[in-house]
Amino acid sequence: MKLAVASGKGGTGKTTIAVSLALALAGQGKVVTYADCDVEEPNGHIFLNPQVEQKKVVTVPVPQVEQELCTFCGECAEICQFGAIASLPETTLVYSDLCHSCGGCKLVCPTGAITEIGREVGYVEIGSAKNVRYVAGRLRIGEVQSPPLICEVKNHLDRQGINIIDAPPGTSCPVIEAVKDTDYVLLITEPTPFGFNDLKLAIGMLDILQLPFGVVINRADIGNDEVKRYCAMENIEVLLEIPDDRRIAEAYSRGIAAVTASPELTGKFVQLFKTITRPREKQLR
Amino acid sequence: MKELVVISGKGGTGKTSIVASFAALSKNAVLADCDVDAADLHLVLEPKIRQEEEFKGGKKAKIISAACTGCGKCEEVCRFNAVLRDGPPNYLVPETFLIDPLACEGCGVCAHFCEDKAIKFREVVDGELFISDTRCGPMVHARLNVGGENSGKLVTRVRTVARELAESNGRDLLIVDGSPGIGCPVIASVTGADLVLVVTEPTRSGMHDLERVVKLTGFMKIPTVVCINKWDINPEITAQIEKLADQSGVHQVGKIGYDKRVTAAQLMKSSVVEYTGGSIAQEINALWRNVVYELA
Repeated sequence: MKLAVASGKGGTGKTTIAVSLALALAGQGKVVTYADCDVEEPNGHIFLNPQVEQKKVVTVPVPQVEQELCTFCGECAEICQFGAIASLPETTLVYSDLCHSCGGCKLVCPTGAITEIGREVGYVEIGSAKNVRYVAGRLRIGEVQSPPLICEVKNHLDRQGINIIDAPPGTSCPVIEAVKDTDYVLLITEPTPFGFNDLKLAIGMLDILQLPFGVVINRADIGNDEVKRYCAMENIEVLLEIPDDRRIAEAYSRGIAAVTASPELTGKFVQLFKTITRPREKQLR
Repeated sequence: MKELVVISGKGGTGKTSIVASFAALSKNAVLADCDVDAADLHLVLEPKIRQEEEFKGGKKAKIISAACTGCGKCEEVCRFNAVLRDGPPNYLVPETFLIDPLACEGCGVCAHFCEDKAIKFREVVDGELFISDTRCGPMVHARLNVGGENSGKLVTRVRTVARELAESNGRDLLIVDGSPGIGCPVIASVTGADLVLVVTEPTRSGMHDLERVVKLTGFMKIPTVVCINKWDINPEITAQIEKLADQSGVHQVGKIGYDKRVTAAQLMKSSVVEYTGGSIAQEINALWRNVVYELA
């Protein structure tokens, strides 16, 4: 099973909940993989302290022009939609940072002057933390293409066990890459105007992707009841409300998981998972 | 005209709350919300939209199913798994091909190689951009469509429009609310800025993410300063962050204590400095003065 933990707004508690859920389920004897797909700012390792057993560099293909074979016809520059190739009368220049790796230039080159080399986008770490399997991506600083790295993290999920995917914030392409093909999405929000606004954006995204989801309200007592009223009106399941708790916040600041700081939460996360996985009609709105 | 960009690495550290207060404290600024896929600044500044423009980030492919012969060349050349065998039947074949618009990268390779000219490759609207008036000055903001490509391009467009607006209105400062992370939209929002303010929090995650974002701005050679929000949640990590900032040559320009009035202000659609006085307002004022000094 693949379960994604996402949110529109950042800092609502995705990592706290993803890590806690992974630890709570592993404590029940389940086979759990935690996959950090927030590759720009991955934080799961801070709470899990994993032993990393394998580190794999991830590259994307970018063109390389063999100038001796090049006739400077300019077909490569013409097909490129991303401004990554400039064709000049006596040379062809590649701006590999702008390349989206579509391979079009190589396909159109009439003389076979274009080959592909790898550009490093980051790396994937694979390991384990106590009884949780750990996979994470780390984007190379300065790199813009996070989706190929997120895709590679997801290639290392466990086909049989439970996979908990920690997604990046927002609603654009990296989030879509992280949540697509999952079985269920947990949307984490907080009951503030910013949290509510971004929750609605995230729901809009999941409606288009046609993915089933439920909402977790974190720091449930800090703002107002707009999120709850909205969920009730739209028939969206609020799976869990976690009150604002200084113990959890302090533990978080020191890199300690919420279920370790407040063991009474363990049962709530186990129950949350049961609710998600109970047999039901396919839950699309 | 100077440009200040507020980012954070980690999400939820208080970027937008601080930008809203800066908006209220500034006398002659233009505001820009570059967190285009989860924009929130408008919830506080309540902009009145004066002008709208469509944002076209790039092209997308679309198969005209009546013309598709089902040869599969498009599927063969697409590297983004965007070509599906799900199209409706036509008079030639029982099954045609279809493009998944969310997976389509907009490279146009399929359209180029389609021998039957059955693939249209056209510009699509990826979002909207707004020029508005607020009680704190003009504001440029945007909305990226779900799964909209090219959030970086939209960020660049928001900044360009905001800069033009500042120039034509004789405004001397542009304040940009950025997005979390270190990827495409962040790189697009900080490129060429005069100063980056990183808002962090004293947690191990906040510190880890600060390190990565400061490496990014360092690598891009953009002057960077840091502010520690909610510093009293963990004074020990605050001290570590101060040390880290010092070692990275990044000035620490402010420390703001944890205060429930920040949420209260947001609920009232107000910036913190408009909502309340007291220590929190003084801390934000001091931060603002230091930032203005760094910009000069």
